[in-house]
Amino acid sequence: MTSARTVVTIAALTLREAVRRRVVLALVGLTVVLLLVSGWGFSRLAAESGTSTLTSGQTRLTASIVLNLVMFGFSLIAALGTAFLAGPTLAGETESGIALAVLARPIRRSAFLAGKWLGLVVFGCGFVVLAGLAQLVVVQVTMDYWPPQPAVALVHLAAQTIVLLTLAVLLSTAISPMASGVVAVGLFGATWIAGVVGGIGASLDNDAVARVGIISRMVLPTDGLWRGAMHAFQDPSAIVEFGGPEVGGFPFLSTAPLTTAYLLWAVAWVMLAWALAANSFVRKDL
Amino acid sequence: MTAAAEAPAVADLVAGLPPAPAIWCSGLRKRYGRHQAVDGISLEVQRGDVVGLLGPNGAGKTTVIKMLLGLVRPDAGEAMLLGRPAADPSARSRVGYLPELFRYQPWLNAAEVLALHVRLSGIHVPGRDQRERLALVGLADRAGDRVGGFSKGMQQRLGLAVALVAGPELVVLDEPTSALDPVGRVDVRDIVLALKAQGVAVLLNSHLIGEVERVCDRVVILDRGRVAASGTLAELLGQREVRLHLGDVSPEAEARLAATGAVERAREWFTVALPPDDDGTAVPDLVRDLVALGARVHAVEPARISLEERLLGILRAGDAASNGHGGPR
Repeated sequence: MTSARTVVTIAALTLREAVRRRVVLALVGLTVVLLLVSGWGFSRLAAESGTSTLTSGQTRLTASIVLNLVMFGFSLIAALGTAFLAGPTLAGETESGIALAVLARPIRRSAFLAGKWLGLVVFGCGFVVLAGLAQLVVVQVTMDYWPPQPAVALVHLAAQTIVLLTLAVLLSTAISPMASGVVAVGLFGATWIAGVVGGIGASLDNDAVARVGIISRMVLPTDGLWRGAMHAFQDPSAIVEFGGPEVGGFPFLSTAPLTTAYLLWAVAWVMLAWALAANSFVRKDL
Repeated sequence: MTAAAEAPAVADLVAGLPPAPAIWCSGLRKRYGRHQAVDGISLEVQRGDVVGLLGPNGAGKTTVIKMLLGLVRPDAGEAMLLGRPAADPSARSRVGYLPELFRYQPWLNAAEVLALHVRLSGIHVPGRDQRERLALVGLADRAGDRVGGFSKGMQQRLGLAVALVAGPELVVLDEPTSALDPVGRVDVRDIVLALKAQGVAVLLNSHLIGEVERVCDRVVILDRGRVAASGTLAELLGQREVRLHLGDVSPEAEARLAATGAVERAREWFTVALPPDDDGTAVPDLVRDLVALGARVHAVEPARISLEERLLGILRAGDAASNGHGGPR
């Protein structure tokens, strides 16, 4: 069997697993709840600005902050969903023996791994893009706010999901399914906190503390990509409205777009992590 | 001669060669930490042969199977499947495998599991043939049911269908009856015999010695990661014997018994080794002559050392060898 056909077959199987195991149903449920709650919240904010207690600049700032907050919720759901799906689908299958019969077929292990990864990518990115778009529509309808670069923002969110699920795949080639999910989500959270701490350091001109954020964004690019997404979701005037570049310490606004060099690093990071995962999986004794 | 003219001649030569063995491996080794699980195993399974793999727990049987199928990386040694290096995934395109740890995607139904394996094998198998495989293992009525609701026995039956579905030329069965009831075991035996009739090679790892004895042409006995003995059943079990319950045995009759082969006596029971070239006439001739010599024949029982006795003998000799006495290899 050609490797491309194997990859497509295994990716389709992974997606079918997500559907059959009701992961999709659970995510749709959570998303609908989040959309309804955020829709209610945005409509209340719109009502406030309608009574002229908020200026138009404040309205756009508020819309940007709350949109970023809700999108963070979606990225967290995507992170949890893909990280806890990657564990069972890869490490779980190796542990339970399901992988034995499959990998005894004339297929390359790297193609099998690529198929699993691709299935998770389609699943995770599909979720953040669809849920993100639905959220943008909610904000447009309730607050008449449309982000400056919605496509860039959603691509950054999808990229963040890809980074995290690649990490989960790498971990699940080496450790147990449960541990891989816990470690991946734990690192995701730790990097986000390190990013906030680094932002506070930058706003206080404390280089040592600011470096925490820079280093954590290099080690795991999820937080960096998340900041890029926020920057594309928020209104350009929001930063000025909020108080200028010292906003760095605030977790739901981003001061600058991502550099090309950083985006290239994120791509290189994914390729490196994937290569490590493939190397570990190909050598694994089942 | 030009290269173009040479090519068909080489092709003819290769086409004239007998097909490569279904399994060939040499010097396979595998160590897990401080434990040497497989220590230089070489074996061969010819096309159409049914070979049994026997040995105590921890002898290295499953590790050998997994190394042949590319599931475990050998530390040393070479392996070929159906004429191709085992490290090349395409070597497994005509290989069916039922693992000892049989688990299939619980969110798929039985027919979908089979369809998945057909697709991964890269071989076209019509839906009708896939359903026939499920029927062969007794799962025709459960084709649309989720595997998650299957009992262990049903999952093992499904595993057997998976191993057989893609037109294999070699089938590797690792403990294929461990979860089956007696009827299921007989079904597996019939399936293995049917494969043999179709010229499909089978490597059967089983603790059920009777099962191996009934279906296998050859047996390989592993102990402590090494081949302790191997050969056809006749070679391993040695010559046949006959046990006779006799009365009024005259010295002439005793001489007649001794003329057939070595005799062991326990009161009125005589165990006589039969000649290796016996064509089936030795026992009736012996009985006729004993009656003519006045002996009273109460019982005549063909006897052969069982595979179980032979296996235990080999393994015990191996124990003695490991204590520094040397032993059979």
